[in-house]
Amino acid sequence: MTTTLETPVAETPATPPPRTRRTGQQVGRFLAYVVLVFFAIVYLYPFLIQIVTSFKTDTDATNTPLSLLPDPVTTAAFSRLFDTDFLLWGFNSVWVSVLVTVGRVFLCSLAGYALARLRFRGRSAIFTAVLAVMAVPGVVLLIPKFLVLNQLGIYDTPVALFLPLVADAAGIFIMKQFFESVPASIEEAARIDGAGTFRVFWSVVLPMARPALITLTILSFQASWNELPHFIVASQDRDLYTLTKGVATLTTGQLGSGNQFPLTLGAALLMTIPVAVVFFVFQRYFVGGANEGAVKG
Amino acid sequence: MTAVPAPAGGLRTRPRREPGRSSARAGQGRAGWAFTAPQVVLIGLFVLVPILMAFWVSLTDWRGRGSPFTGQVGFVGFDNYATILTEPGLARQDFMTALRNNAWYVLLVVPLQTAIALGLALVLNSRIRAKGFFRTAFYFPTVTSSVAISLVFIFLFTGGGAVNGLLGLVGIDGPNWFSDSRGLVHLLGDGLGLWDAANPPAALTDGGPLGLSWWDWLSGPSIALAALILLVVWTSAGGYMLMFLAALQDVPNDVREAAVMDGANAWQRFRAVTLPALRPTLFLVTTLGLIGTWQVFDQVYLISQGNPAKTTLTPAYLSYTSAFETGQWGRAAAMSFVLFAIIIVLTSLQRFLMRDKDAAAEKKAVRAAQRARAASSKTTFFQAGR
Repeated sequence: MTTTLETPVAETPATPPPRTRRTGQQVGRFLAYVVLVFFAIVYLYPFLIQIVTSFKTDTDATNTPLSLLPDPVTTAAFSRLFDTDFLLWGFNSVWVSVLVTVGRVFLCSLAGYALARLRFRGRSAIFTAVLAVMAVPGVVLLIPKFLVLNQLGIYDTPVALFLPLVADAAGIFIMKQFFESVPASIEEAARIDGAGTFRVFWSVVLPMARPALITLTILSFQASWNELPHFIVASQDRDLYTLTKGVATLTTGQLGSGNQFPLTLGAALLMTIPVAVVFFVFQRYFVGGANEGAVKG
Repeated sequence: MTAVPAPAGGLRTRPRREPGRSSARAGQGRAGWAFTAPQVVLIGLFVLVPILMAFWVSLTDWRGRGSPFTGQVGFVGFDNYATILTEPGLARQDFMTALRNNAWYVLLVVPLQTAIALGLALVLNSRIRAKGFFRTAFYFPTVTSSVAISLVFIFLFTGGGAVNGLLGLVGIDGPNWFSDSRGLVHLLGDGLGLWDAANPPAALTDGGPLGLSWWDWLSGPSIALAALILLVVWTSAGGYMLMFLAALQDVPNDVREAAVMDGANAWQRFRAVTLPALRPTLFLVTTLGLIGTWQVFDQVYLISQGNPAKTTLTPAYLSYTSAFETGQWGRAAAMSFVLFAIIIVLTSLQRFLMRDKDAAAEKKAVRAAQRARAASSKTTFFQAGR
């Protein structure tokens, strides 16, 4: 009897601390949600405004910038947008991004594989050079890039738009890291069977590297689709404008004057869609890529 | 200990493979060069050669006509560097203004984006519903183009735009963001009664280093630059948040649980367990932030073009306009190299400071451990000594 009585007595002083801790946790979790919801609004509201405003009239956009209901709903901004060179810019962005992406993925995996697996004289020197090049801030290269394009006589040509962007030290680094994390036994078996180095690379190694290839593909696509400064210094011909450069003229050029917000926001909306689709389909690769890219620091 | 068996194994396998090895090795050598050659050539052609060319141009008075690599171009030594760094004049004043603007920009963007990224990562790392939704929402701006985001922010921050509309709801009369050149520190001091911003104290306006008065150096970011700062923090925090989230997954859970058992509160757990584990990521995020923020170009090109009153001018943008608009290629190239030097110096300085701290902490820990060991083993030591 005494023992059964004693146990609850002994437990009563012990119970309150967990309870306060639990209410503390609940308050903490509530605050966490408040913070998250606040930031979610801060992050999503601009995109909402962007979508809604592109369906407004110019006066409606200027007079009621906060309203999320277009009155009236109109696609006038989009039809005006297609009167500009928007489709041409989009076409240029597509072929530039595709060439840059294919070039980067193929050449970076070749180089990354060689640096990870093949033994050859000069390998460590090349790798050191790759690391050094990654440390060069891109903006510092704007004027230098123009100089070399000018000297090579390819300034203001289609080649100038994509070829310099194929050079990518960070991609080599990502691929090298990946190949080093994969066991070499399978390719060694293939090599013993007498397959040449490129055969081994093409039909044995690359198929195994799918996750890294997808990561590099989306990083390259996103980077070239969103690129602006390179296109500014590589060309001036209006026929070579990409989306970023062309849409930029909607605000910085002659069209920039006046309050054509539905037009500019509609352009911004349309140019975001391809990247957004890639992002939502391959989200986990984006996350992985961000962290692999992080290792380079 | 573990190193011993490895070479032994290597020695054993090496002779066995010897026959076909030398030819295989030569093949690998050729393949190695063939595989790396395309990227080596591209990087050489579009990164290394351009840097050398630009360095040459920075030593000339080339004005953009013809080729800079002919005899007609005047070699001026380091004159272009002197023009922007030491000789009094408009060129130096502009470059120093650009450096001032960028310095204030870095000073605000790096801590703000790091703090927000870390805060969001910590909150998202707790037991939360809809984690994926929030993570996606915060990360999405990082993958959108600077052009699209800048267009949206131009609209949000116009005088009668959404931001001022929101401020109006709480009774604040918002400024005309992108055309307001008043410095935040000037305004703050004015508000606190330290000075009259319209009539600044002569002690500050009369002199100062490098062609700008103290009053100008200490202006703080202008309201226009502050709007750019908000834009960039908003855009980039999500990317750094992902890095913190990844690092948080690696924080040893047992240590955290042990700390809970020891009765450590949330703050103590953060200080003693989480923060030390996040240290490498914190270093990485601030380094990447520092490198990125000194290069700000897109937003200035798209939104403000250095205006108003040159308060959003940055070295990268000034270098671009000096070359492509006013044709002073030598000076523009010199600006690029000064910016390059600033980035290298600051990142090495940061590495030095943070590494030093780590090393100092390590040394301290080692000393403490030695002391403890010495204290406990003093008797045995003396016994063994004798």
